[in-house]
Amino acid sequence: MTNSLLLVSYLLSAVLFILSIRSLAAPDTARKGNLLGIFGMVLAIGATLSSSLVSDTLWVGLALIVGALIGSYFALKVKMTALPQMIAAFNGLGGLSAVLIALAEILSGSALYVENAIGLLIGAVAFSGSILAFAKLQGLISAKPLHFPLHRTFNLMLALLVVASCAHFVITGQIEPFYLLAAASLVLGVTLVLPIGGADMPIVISILNSYSGWAAVGIGFSLNNILLIIVGAIVGASGAILSYIMTKAMNRSLMSVIFGSFGEGSTASVLEANQQAKAGDPQDAAFIMENASKVIIVPGYGMAVAQAQHILKEMAEVLASKYNVEVKFAIHPVAGRMPGHMNVLLAEANVPYEDVFELEAINREFATADVAYVIGANDVTNPLAKTDSSSPIYGMPVLEVGKAKTVFFVKRSLATGYSGVDNPLFYAPNTFMLYGDAKKVTEEITSVLEQ
Amino acid sequence: MTDSFLLWTILVLACFVGYFVVWGVTPALHSPLMSVSNAISGVVILGALITAGAIEFSSAKILGLIAVVLASINIFGGFIVSQRMLLMFKKKEKPLPQEEKRHD
Repeated sequence: MTNSLLLVSYLLSAVLFILSIRSLAAPDTARKGNLLGIFGMVLAIGATLSSSLVSDTLWVGLALIVGALIGSYFALKVKMTALPQMIAAFNGLGGLSAVLIALAEILSGSALYVENAIGLLIGAVAFSGSILAFAKLQGLISAKPLHFPLHRTFNLMLALLVVASCAHFVITGQIEPFYLLAAASLVLGVTLVLPIGGADMPIVISILNSYSGWAAVGIGFSLNNILLIIVGAIVGASGAILSYIMTKAMNRSLMSVIFGSFGEGSTASVLEANQQAKAGDPQDAAFIMENASKVIIVPGYGMAVAQAQHILKEMAEVLASKYNVEVKFAIHPVAGRMPGHMNVLLAEANVPYEDVFELEAINREFATADVAYVIGANDVTNPLAKTDSSSPIYGMPVLEVGKAKTVFFVKRSLATGYSGVDNPLFYAPNTFMLYGDAKKVTEEITSVLEQ
Repeated sequence: MTDSFLLWTILVLACFVGYFVVWGVTPALHSPLMSVSNAISGVVILGALITAGAIEFSSAKILGLIAVVLASINIFGGFIVSQRMLLMFKKKEKPLPQEEKRHD
């Protein structure tokens, strides 16, 4: 294949990749879009393999097949609840391959020091950060924010070391500072993700996603490859936008995610001890819901942990078909452990996507709803986020479930959510607590409804 | 115009394309967006293919081969998991039974 033909193929794949992301604008076009992305990748790889740039196709092909088998195996096996950690792991591998390519380039005598150093630096942070995020999400290590003494000072020194070794390498071109840069960047990835807690994971995964894109841009510059630059920029932008959306949804700044965590040093809003929460039972809940005309279900991560999505869908179906109740699902942007996670979990339970609404689209409807059924969610419904400026969650957009005529909270106890803030809704006159496991409680309600 | 200026031009324009395209993605599909973008960021495999495709064996070639495996995991895993997710997003099935009644 001639060089100009190769460039044309790269241009075509870039267009296919852009169209494939564009098609994610709506669920009905999205599946075709994914196929466009696959075509783009096949074209890019095929063109490169048949070009004069690759002389040994045997070993390369073998490596490709090995990766294909491993990737397909995990992608077919993974449970949808475990999606965030798999995305994190894949991100990490992308980062690592950028590191290896930069290293190989330098070893084979590339003189593009700045480009390779950038590819190495971002790739290494993306790799080690993602592996740590994976370990946290998978429960291999505690998901709680972990600090060690002088953590910030250490990070700062490490960052300085990264800059210094980078500068040393770029000026001298020696291999030792390059190795030092790699080592320092790998450690930096770990120490940056260590202090980040479980509920901030959607933000971290998005940032790491963005990094893997920028690493590709770095490699693109070092190889003079236009396709890598285009794709890397789009992926980088995508991760950056997603992390922006997530920080907005939690009303947090990137700085506070990286350097601080919820509930530290803040003792705001301790509620009066004399307030009593009313407990309800599944029979009452079933009775109230079957006589309602509109029920809004608010699922949170606790629902996914209890694996209650399938029974929840069954309950919604019985309400709709037997009692003619209008049932909608309301999703907060940070309801899952990665952007859009809850939508996937509900889709997996066969909830039609037309019944699932984002925060802005449904918040006004709580006022006209008879029942809000909050299951496994807490902080994302807390009205203190609107009223109490001393609260750590102040300013976070919340689902206004309290405006519904009756609110049911399915929860194990009155314990606070991740933020450590008490929820005054528990003590509101129109709220009933349904204590117990999310799956069991919903099962009991559904069986009453089915009688 | 120098070569590197051309690359910078492409980078800046691609950032704009990315910005507008990604804002158009519906929030419901943000998870598939992450896995698709994950898969296509595996395009670094092109760099790996070239370093691994050298005739003589060297440490650079071996690093390249490992990078091919890793990026390939990323690509296949990302696309397959996206497809699995996207296949789950279904529309309501309600209109169908009504049509059947009409046929009766």
